[in-house]
Amino acid sequence: MIKEIVLIIISVVFVNNFVLAKFLGLCPFLGVSQKTSSAMGMGVAVTFVMTLSSAITWIVYNFILLPGDANIIAKVFPSIRELGLIEVLKTISYILVIATLVQLVEMMLRKMVPALYESLGIYLPLITTNCAVLGVALLNTTDSPKHLGFLQATVQGFGAGVGFTVAMLLMSGIRERLALVNIPQSLRGIPIAFICTGLMALAFFGFSGMVQ
Amino acid sequence: MAEQNNLKEFTKGIVQYNPMFVLVLGLCPSLAVTTSVKNGVAMGGAATFVLICSNFIISVVRSFIPREIRIPCFIVVIAAFVTMVELLMKAYLPPDLNASLGIFIPLIVVNCIIMYRAESFAYKNKPLVSILDGAGLGLGWTLSLCLVSAIREILGAGTIFGLKVSESYQPASVMIMAPGAFIVLGLLLGFFNWRKLRKSEKSMKAYMKHD
Repeated sequence: MIKEIVLIIISVVFVNNFVLAKFLGLCPFLGVSQKTSSAMGMGVAVTFVMTLSSAITWIVYNFILLPGDANIIAKVFPSIRELGLIEVLKTISYILVIATLVQLVEMMLRKMVPALYESLGIYLPLITTNCAVLGVALLNTTDSPKHLGFLQATVQGFGAGVGFTVAMLLMSGIRERLALVNIPQSLRGIPIAFICTGLMALAFFGFSGMVQ
Repeated sequence: MAEQNNLKEFTKGIVQYNPMFVLVLGLCPSLAVTTSVKNGVAMGGAATFVLICSNFIISVVRSFIPREIRIPCFIVVIAAFVTMVELLMKAYLPPDLNASLGIFIPLIVVNCIIMYRAESFAYKNKPLVSILDGAGLGLGWTLSLCLVSAIREILGAGTIFGLKVSESYQPASVMIMAPGAFIVLGLLLGFFNWRKLRKSEKSMKAYMKHD
């Protein structure tokens, strides 16, 4: 059990890093990686939302969307037992879960940890449209290569968030140095950030094969 | 006059407001699906359809949406059309194409281009111009997807639309993997920046001469 969880975390942080290998969450990755401090804040907030949304979307997937005896809605509308709602409601229900969750996190933080809330500022509401959050929810519930359990799905969500944070921190470190370097004018800003990301992705290839 | 304006709403999305190279939005799918031109066209088509439909619906109901909850409203409209596209593509396109686009079709929901147009154009303009705006930006995005994917497919697989380019070329498969995507897009963005800089320099020189 513990071995499996460690494997999931290593796989999703290093081998299949969401930003560098799966191209998810690139907009905040490039938008918020100017300074290490804001990169860290964004990473922590995203990790938090990803972990919670993985857990909740797993419950939604298994007890509301999938056809079968476990479906709660099928108890009221028997026709849903065979078909399920998976085809029509998956995307909409997931994005609603995420949007609600982000709103909830925002309210809780404002009440309980005002200092963190202040430092995250605009990045908090933007997490809703971070495709890494929706991406990990979708990947957790595709059932390929196998159906994930509740714990595995949650751990995968947490690991994906950690991987995102690691990539953000590395990138912000590079970009803080890039700001001082003499770069051709047309490559300044996003183009050189992309090229650096490409080289980072190449370096992360070294991890492939670590986990089968 | 009105027709000319409509035409402008359509063409501005292709060059002036090109979503990929000028606005630099919607990056995740631009990199993930551009391993071959076929994927690029399919992804561009799907996103264009969603963009046109969501722009139209949001523009029609814009006076009923309260300002405070507009973002959730946009997301629900967009998600409905994305679900439609997903079902249509599963029904009519070959399974291998669907498999290679994977989760990036449902992820159109969180594509910044669509949200950006809903927020900054459709919510403020009439339905007809909103449709034209959506079509223009969608076309611009599809064309840029084709450009990136053509470069990556030729360099990385030695083919274009699945046809071999040259017998002697040994494909560099890193180009169709993750690092190639980042580097190609970085260099392309740099190239377009360079062209813009040169143009403004030239017009500056012409202006000085004129003086």
